[in-house]
Amino acid sequence: MERVKQFDLSAVSVRQINQFLHSELPRTGIERIEILNPDGLHGIAAGLDCPVDVEIRGHAGYFVAGMNKQARVTVDGNVGWSVAENIMSGAVRVNGHASESAGSSGHGGLLVIAGDASSRCGISLKGADIVVGGNVGHFSAFMAQAGTLVVCGDAGPNLGDSLYEATIYVRGTIHGLGADAREEEPRDSDYETITRLLAAAGIEYDSHEFKRVASARSLYHWNADAHQEY
Amino acid sequence: MCGIAGMLVKRPELHESLGEFVTPILEGMGSRGPDSAGLAVFTAPVPEPKRRYCLYAANPVFDWQALLSDFTKRRQCDGEIQATASHAAITSGVPADQFRSWLTQAHPDVHLLSVGRSINMFKDEGQPGEIARRYGFSELRGTHAVGHTRMATESAVSPAHAHPFTAGEDFCLVHNGSLSNPYSVRRELEKHGIAFETDNDTEAGCRFLEWRMSEGDTLEQAIEKSFSKLDGFFTFLMATADKMVLVRDAFACKPAVAAESDDYVAVSSEFRGLAHLPEIGQADVFEPEPERVYSWNV
Repeated sequence: MERVKQFDLSAVSVRQINQFLHSELPRTGIERIEILNPDGLHGIAAGLDCPVDVEIRGHAGYFVAGMNKQARVTVDGNVGWSVAENIMSGAVRVNGHASESAGSSGHGGLLVIAGDASSRCGISLKGADIVVGGNVGHFSAFMAQAGTLVVCGDAGPNLGDSLYEATIYVRGTIHGLGADAREEEPRDSDYETITRLLAAAGIEYDSHEFKRVASARSLYHWNADAHQEY
Repeated sequence: MCGIAGMLVKRPELHESLGEFVTPILEGMGSRGPDSAGLAVFTAPVPEPKRRYCLYAANPVFDWQALLSDFTKRRQCDGEIQATASHAAITSGVPADQFRSWLTQAHPDVHLLSVGRSINMFKDEGQPGEIARRYGFSELRGTHAVGHTRMATESAVSPAHAHPFTAGEDFCLVHNGSLSNPYSVRRELEKHGIAFETDNDTEAGCRFLEWRMSEGDTLEQAIEKSFSKLDGFFTFLMATADKMVLVRDAFACKPAVAAESDDYVAVSSEFRGLAHLPEIGQADVFEPEPERVYSWNV
């Protein structure tokens, strides 16, 4: 029988829950954690390093599931700024919308946002995969170094500004590319990546509907003749 | 940090619930701005030529009746007063410039918070939740309200530095962010004879927008001009007698979340300010786009 523990944030603090998740949980054999009444509070289930399922029943605030390792965190609601920021492994799923800087600096693992993500989604991405079911806001994947951002809806202005080696796939309209980002012809390996990530996210689209955006690499070397105009 | 709170109710039968709707948003943003708070509530206008003058006195047991008696005797006029602790609202037919000069001479320690036919303004120092209870924010009625919780970063903590800021009549603005060129804006406005009450950056933004409106611009046109005039970060939430307006700067670095339902338009810095609103599950919840002017009419 699955071992489940429930917390109610109307009765205990975020700090109490996180202390349990960090220090006691690995010794208990508990497989699933349910967190009730999150009420938009910040920092819920941040810093986990344990193969556990965490279900947050409602809207969460800033930094939910930040720095996640191994855990599978699901939020049944909207989330504030920087969900799964610096995610290292595991999976974070938001069954709603995400505010700014979702998945920022993520090194590994998967972040799925079923609804829209706001601006700067995947900023400074370092290897994690992000799948957004809806739209992303301006300056998404800004300075993204490695990893993948899949956008099933539209992308706002300045997509992929100053992009390094991360790859962006967009199914809808791109409202503007940032400096040094360019649209490229997708290859078979791109379609395979999109299909794999959509399957992991539980979202059904034909991978051939997506456009590929990657770095033109013209900012990689200093160009004195550009007079700082890019 | 700082937090913003806004509420516009769409149906007349909800005017009585305005305070109930907006107060939890303001209290929810208390942790973003624990040093002071303010709320401007807009009601049906008092008849011309009357104006409502909202006042603040640092003394919480200030003798407001004595101030009213002094005013009506000196000015030989009628006046009504509603007072709670440090706040009072005097309704009178005396024109604004005459009221202001009387107040400056007779009670230099009393601060004039707002002037208008619709606006009712409250500001004070302290925890936003305590301020809301002190002045009975949840009992307030009206069409729309704009509030702010402040964490001061660039000027003093005082009721005068707390938001909302006002300029002219029936206009107020709350700000999350910081302007980097308030003094150059201020020097330019002072050439037009515009006087400032504080050294706060937000006051420069507020007076710039009001100056443009006094020159014939709509608020929306004034905001478009502010994009090239004001340098810095801002989420501005503004109100006039008949509308509530929201705008973020080009980078949208300062947060804002809006929710619109059949009954209301609500604005907060964070979603948790809106989480307890009725029917929030059915509302259209969105983050405002950069440099897009969102305007909702009463």
